[in-house]
Amino acid sequence: MAFNLAYDGNSYPIEEEVSVLDTLLNQGIDIPHSCKSGVCQSCLVEVVVGEPTEASQVGLKATFKARNYALSCCLFAKEDLGIRPLNSEDAEVTASIIKVEALNHNVLRLCLKPEEEFDTIPGQYINLITPDNIVRSYSIANIPGVDGYIELHIRVIPNGRLGSWLLNEAKPWGSVKLRGPAGECFYVSDKEGGDDFPMVLAGTSTGLAPLYGIIKDALAHGHIGEIALFHGALQPEDLYLVDELYDLSQQQSNFSYTPCVLNGSEGDFYICGDVQQLVVEHIAKLKEARLYLCGAPDLVNAMKKKAFLSGVASKHIYYDAFLPSK
Amino acid sequence: MSLYEKLGGEEAIDAATDIFYRKMLADERVSGFFDDTDMEGQIAKQKAFLTMAFGGPNNYTGKSLRDGHAHLVEKGLSDMHVDVVIEHLGATLKELGVSDEDIAEVASIANSVRDDVLGR
Repeated sequence: MAFNLAYDGNSYPIEEEVSVLDTLLNQGIDIPHSCKSGVCQSCLVEVVVGEPTEASQVGLKATFKARNYALSCCLFAKEDLGIRPLNSEDAEVTASIIKVEALNHNVLRLCLKPEEEFDTIPGQYINLITPDNIVRSYSIANIPGVDGYIELHIRVIPNGRLGSWLLNEAKPWGSVKLRGPAGECFYVSDKEGGDDFPMVLAGTSTGLAPLYGIIKDALAHGHIGEIALFHGALQPEDLYLVDELYDLSQQQSNFSYTPCVLNGSEGDFYICGDVQQLVVEHIAKLKEARLYLCGAPDLVNAMKKKAFLSGVASKHIYYDAFLPSK
Repeated sequence: MSLYEKLGGEEAIDAATDIFYRKMLADERVSGFFDDTDMEGQIAKQKAFLTMAFGGPNNYTGKSLRDGHAHLVEKGLSDMHVDVVIEHLGATLKELGVSDEDIAEVASIANSVRDDVLGR
């Protein structure tokens, strides 16, 4: 029996015993692939019509499963299917600016209200497109489904193109476009009634944004395991949301907040030292912890490797390295 | 039952891949070949290799192994490094409680592709 396979605006017949990958390859469509055995994960696609089968998601990270990703070489049609390549361009939506406020000397909080449905998961990132067509990626720092708006934290580089737009033109009720979302660094709940795995979240600068989104999402899901946040900065004034995060740690007994400053002075409200070292020491004490890393790529990559070498399972490391715009 | 099934299939590969890759990264004799920061990509490759060595489903061909390692051979990949790989593979399986007999079989499968990997 044959079903229909929708891909890139076309529909192709698909036989039950021929994989999605082979069906598309037979049509002359170039889909990246390698082992054709469900191992190398190079043929990942997103299923947008129908459901991925269990066999097509063996070995995938929980966040990949949650986004309906599937291994096209192991995906056989049991119904009509629609797929698309990962990171394909999504439609743009218009959003209004509802708030712009300073969080510290160089970070702004920008709150945006999309004018149409725009599904996101806290921790993912979106593209922000200004009226002058400047495009930058920012992470979601809140639960848009609950708050009714999307909160972004933006580090302002005064002479940068986006920085001057933010400082001079971004005003409430102005409008921007959004595209996305993308990214696999977010919270996934495994069981009803609250998960108990320990979570360690670490980031620098506005790497705090996705981490804070993930923390709010975990707490909203009733997460009962430990949630430890480490926010690293070069100077004390680079930290932000300090009072808010300390307050949250008072209200939530399973949440702890550790700000740390590399060039700080002892005896202040933060810990003096290297965030990398603190995180690796902390996680070495935990069992089956999940690690979430966001911020400067050098730091994210170094921490990822150190944590992995100290015993954290690779599938439990979620990260988002912020690349500078070029 | 195939060796792959006997060793525990897909799930065993997942467990073995992390242990094996950790040993490779921590070993200065071979860690230089893994300086690239793309950990996910490297883990996927280790997983494909272990699946092959376990006698599991794979699409490896002599040509793909030659092409895939040519840039490493240029950087000095030699018999010594293949020996290190087989050593860590054995130690990984030992940790997972695999019998010496099965470890020997896995090592011999891994050894069978030595010339392709080294481009000989």
